Amino acid sequence: MWDFIVERHQQILYDGFQHAYLVVLAVAAATVIAILLAMLVTKVPRLDSVANMLSAIGLTIPGFALVGLLMPATGIGSTTAFICVCFYATLPILRNAVVGLQGVEPVLIESARGMGMGEAAVMARVRLPLAWPVILAGIRVSLQMSMGIAAIAAYVLGPGLGSYIFSGLAQIGGKNALNYALVGTLGVVVLALLLDLLLVLVGRLTTSKGIRV
Amino acid sequence: MTTTPTHGADDVSGIEIELDEVVKRYPGQKMAAVDSLSLTVPAGEMVIFVGPSGCGKTTSLKMINRLIRPTSGTIRLGGEDISKRGADELRRHIGYVIQGGSLFPHMTVATNIEIVPKLLGWDKARIAERVDELLDLVGLEPDRYRDRYPRELSGGQQQRVGVARGLAADPPVILMDEPFGAVDPITRQRLQDELLGIQRELHKTIVMVTHDIDEAIKLGDRVLILQEGGRIAQYDTPEMILAAPANDFVDDFVGSGSALKQLTLSRVSEIELRHPTTATVGEPSREAIARAEAAGDGSLVILDSRRRPVAWRFLREVARRDTVLDGDREKLVTLDERATLNDALDVMLASSYGGAIVCGRRDQYLGVADFESVTDHMRTVEKAAAEEVAADTGRAEP
Ligand SMILES: Nc1ncnc2c1ncn2[C@@H]1O[C@H](COP(=O)(O)OP(=O)(O)O)[C@@H](O)[C@H]1O
Ligand SMILES: [Mg+2]
Repeated sequence: MWDFIVERHQQILYDGFQHAYLVVLAVAAATVIAILLAMLVTKVPRLDSVANMLSAIGLTIPGFALVGLLMPATGIGSTTAFICVCFYATLPILRNAVVGLQGVEPVLIESARGMGMGEAAVMARVRLPLAWPVILAGIRVSLQMSMGIAAIAAYVLGPGLGSYIFSGLAQIGGKNALNYALVGTLGVVVLALLLDLLLVLVGRLTTSKGIRV
Repeated sequence: MTTTPTHGADDVSGIEIELDEVVKRYPGQKMAAVDSLSLTVPAGEMVIFVGPSGCGKTTSLKMINRLIRPTSGTIRLGGEDISKRGADELRRHIGYVIQGGSLFPHMTVATNIEIVPKLLGWDKARIAERVDELLDLVGLEPDRYRDRYPRELSGGQQQRVGVARGLAADPPVILMDEPFGAVDPITRQRLQDELLGIQRELHKTIVMVTHDIDEAIKLGDRVLILQEGGRIAQYDTPEMILAAPANDFVDDFVGSGSALKQLTLSRVSEIELRHPTTATVGEPSREAIARAEAAGDGSLVILDSRRRPVAWRFLREVARRDTVLDGDREKLVTLDERATLNDALDVMLASSYGGAIVCGRRDQYLGVADFESVTDHMRTVEKAAAEEVAADTGRAEP
């Protein structure tokens, strides 16, 4: 297997980078979408159960099914992969963001309003920073999950390490079948660990010292 | 002194608050929470709303800064109808202090205090200067506390920052909802004294809510006793409420031991203080001890360079070091001169020196109160008080 890696190391690194790039981009977009949705839910509490239901049902949709649904609309390629990963990535973040934003102590909100902060200021300066650690936890879950989803997205020729796994599966019994599958899987695991580490670091830098555990 | 007060002692920076037949009926409730409340809080006075739980104190208070919208009636600040002003704009000119300080845990002490000045668009230099001035005012060293987070402060310190935050933009009106409800009794008494000191300096119009009649009597220029539904049972000076309760409700609420409560009406500033030997931080111990021995004192009150007391030590403790050491001001229990004799007795009983250190404006050392000075004072006023009460009760209406 070592020879296999050495022979193709440039290609593997390139695909690994593509994989990470897709996931980071999709999770970043998902974070923005999820926070915006959660803000809406916080403002209109009646949407709370709708949001919960969506994230619960969304997570039960099999990845392949979604890819299949998207293909007629967005074709084969990285766009479909991106939308697919982004969809799943949004769900855990949304759930945590709703819990985090709503979990801010009412007395703090009242105190902020009592000092003359407008609704936008309360959201930006009180709710969001206080909910941030909870949202971050959601982003970490989302990132791990997205690594796997992105591998499945390779089925529609999305970029990344997923193609190795599919190649391996396609030529079962062949000379390099195991190598392909192993490199694909291990690559995904290593990347997931690296990105998680990075996220922990970002989390430390962006969480106020006053609420860090 | 590194800071100058914003106002001279006789400036009134507060404005009048007027409630005119204010009603608040919450949706789905038969009884109004506040039923036609009319009262005037004079500019520069501290008025305490007191009453049993659920009588509508908080509701009344929050209508003044429009956190709650009255069902009907008018509220005027300085003669101006508040419903004509934008809610956020109005609130930036009213200090708001609630239980525990409710500081934002993710912001430093300075950032918490800066909130309203920032909303009002003050420039950076002015805000920084203001933060230090306020921390100084509430007895927290700016250099030490400015960059701390709330969780790095004790309950009492958090509450002090809460008060500083309420005062930040120098609002004419300050609303406080049970501000000292979450701290232990000794800290509460200190915070009360400090508030009296601050008010003596700033003369804001303060409305405070409490359920503690002793706190109301101690702090209020006037006390509003509320009954179920926000109806006024009595609105009067603490002296008159003790001497001539308007009805049975007030009588019950003020409770027994009103003779003892008279102790709450006498301030430490009225009694003759002792002046034991003092020493300044950094001076040679030998000289200080010599002075004390010459005066026949067994202990020394230690002051810092700004004449604030930092410790009270027996001579043998002082003798252990060559120079007089600094102490932790946070740990020293002192009395404000506006503290009541009731508080003074409390502190004296807990002190191993049989007395209590008394401070004036900005923690300036004034002297020491002891049991003898309290009993002396009580004896001299006893007769006068008895006559006064008799005269007051004679008056039919306040
Ligand atoms: N948001 C609210 N909705 C409905 N009822 C309320 C609300 N806030 C207070 N009340 C009711 O109004 C009455 C007065 O409450 P409040 O002003 O908080 O009393 P206090 O501060 O004197 O304890 C109580 O009976 C309380 O149950
Ligand atoms: Mg209340």
